Amino acid sequence: MKTPVELKYSKTHEWVRFISDTEAEVGLTDYAQNALGDLVFVNLPEVDAEAVKEETICDVESVKAVSDVYAPVNGTVSEVNEELLDAPEKINSDPYGAWLFRLTDVSDCDDLLDADAYAAFCESEEN
Amino acid sequence: MKTLFERSVKGRHCSILPACDVPVVKPAEAREKALHLPELSETDISRHYTELAKQTFGVNDGFYPLGSCTMKYNPKVNEDAAALEGFTAIHPTQKDAQGCLKLLSMMEKDLSEITGMDEFTFNPAAGAHGELTGLMLIKRYHELHGTPERNKIIVPDSAHGTNPASSSMCGFTVINIPSSEDGCVDLEELRKAVGDDTAGLMLTNPNTLGIFDKNIKAITDIVHEAGGLCYYDGANLNAIMGIARPGDMGFDCIHLNLHKSFSTPHGGGGPGSGPVGCKSFLANYLPGERITVKDGVYAWSERGSESIGKVRGFHGNFLVVVKAFTYLLTLGKEGVPEVAKNAVLNANYLKHLLEDTYDVAKPGTCMHEFVLTLENLKKETGVSAMDVAKALQDYGIHPPTMYFPLNVHEALMVEPTETESKETLDQAAAAFLDIYKTIQENPESLHETPHNSPIGRPDEVNAARHPKLRYHFDD
Repeated sequence: MKTPVELKYSKTHEWVRFISDTEAEVGLTDYAQNALGDLVFVNLPEVDAEAVKEETICDVESVKAVSDVYAPVNGTVSEVNEELLDAPEKINSDPYGAWLFRLTDVSDCDDLLDADAYAAFCESEEN
Repeated sequence: MKTLFERSVKGRHCSILPACDVPVVKPAEAREKALHLPELSETDISRHYTELAKQTFGVNDGFYPLGSCTMKYNPKVNEDAAALEGFTAIHPTQKDAQGCLKLLSMMEKDLSEITGMDEFTFNPAAGAHGELTGLMLIKRYHELHGTPERNKIIVPDSAHGTNPASSSMCGFTVINIPSSEDGCVDLEELRKAVGDDTAGLMLTNPNTLGIFDKNIKAITDIVHEAGGLCYYDGANLNAIMGIARPGDMGFDCIHLNLHKSFSTPHGGGGPGSGPVGCKSFLANYLPGERITVKDGVYAWSERGSESIGKVRGFHGNFLVVVKAFTYLLTLGKEGVPEVAKNAVLNANYLKHLLEDTYDVAKPGTCMHEFVLTLENLKKETGVSAMDVAKALQDYGIHPPTMYFPLNVHEALMVEPTETESKETLDQAAAAFLDIYKTIQENPESLHETPHNSPIGRPDEVNAARHPKLRYHFDD
């Protein structure tokens, strides 16, 4: 399982890549895509939608089930990765390249995990 | 197998028509090219559909323990009743359709008695449609009681996926609450979740883990005290009908699935029916025309003055109701609780035969269904719930519900229903145990199953991502 060191992580298995102090890109982690299985549909949020930390912001569907994606931080959706609508499999093949949406006005990100802490958290989830 | 288009032979017909004896006129709008219609003899068509039928698996083919779906046997007498001319050759607004109206009226009384509700509508065409209709009653209630800001529906994490979906469809926001250790609603979490924005709670009891929530009265009290209403999803009514009533548990409205608890066919065998029942304080909001009786004469009345409007043709899927009514008449007052008792007995018997071999998600006595978790088995052997489900097909058993409920990993959800014999349950248990033996000896072989079905493992990912939904012609 990959956990790139330059990213931050949530306990609900989203990764956050900070573009600046107030802008960030969000995607699903390698652990998440592996647990979900092959993804077949992605519902992205609307641009300008408000992201509220720990609340559902969009969802993804695998052959097993539909799963919610939670906002890992507060912010406003500035852009969505529409490429994923036709190619949800990119989340499986390249989880850290397949960003779901970008946020501006990012806040409340102090308790995000770093790579080591997130890897340890995933391990504890397994046991 | 070949499609009808691939079987088509140019110039072949079912009937020989005489030569046209009037002039052939071609209107200006006529299409230039002939339609692609398959050309077949009646023999070809008949064999095609028989071949299709052979590739399906229904309750008439074998054991069908699809959890939460209540795949009980559909008695043939139901079909006899629904085929009576008085029911089939009549128009719903015919004044002399007294028998039909009386049947609907009697069925409304029966279902009210079974569920503890006061009134029912037969408008909704299926379970999820019933959920939406029931939630619209709740919405209407809040609109008319000066609390339109109540827009949150509380749903436990063990709920059917349709519950949050119907809530969203109705314009509510869904609040998911986690279950407690014993698989029931966590009262503390519920107390934290309710408030001035609570519109209501959606619950099925017994729940999806096959457990009867012993705190049910406390649950509905908490929601009522907070100003919300309680909605009962009738998916699991089979476990309690004739024994306990949602109305007595504190629920305000309910939908039933006639194709589950009341033995009418599931999808493919005919349309569904999802009647919605409610307590009298919600009855004026019910959709569509209602049935009234005056001096022994039945009639359709205007819909209620505060009705949510129309959700479908006012007569609903009438013949489905005829089948369900026939079922209730067959069972009688004594038979209805027997259904529930035997459904629970069958589930516990099968669980007992399996629980020393497979892990049960929530050990202890279950209601009408139980959930196995293959999480440990998968870690140890690499064999998943999907593999076991596929392997069961080789034993002539329809797979149980897989990967549901979502709060159990590698779940297999088994609901035998009351219509299966001890012999069938013994055979099913033997199949499960035989598969377990194979897993211990040769786990790899499980990934190849099934071997005896018309197809092996479909490429589900590709089918979902790139579905081929139409036939493409060469020209």
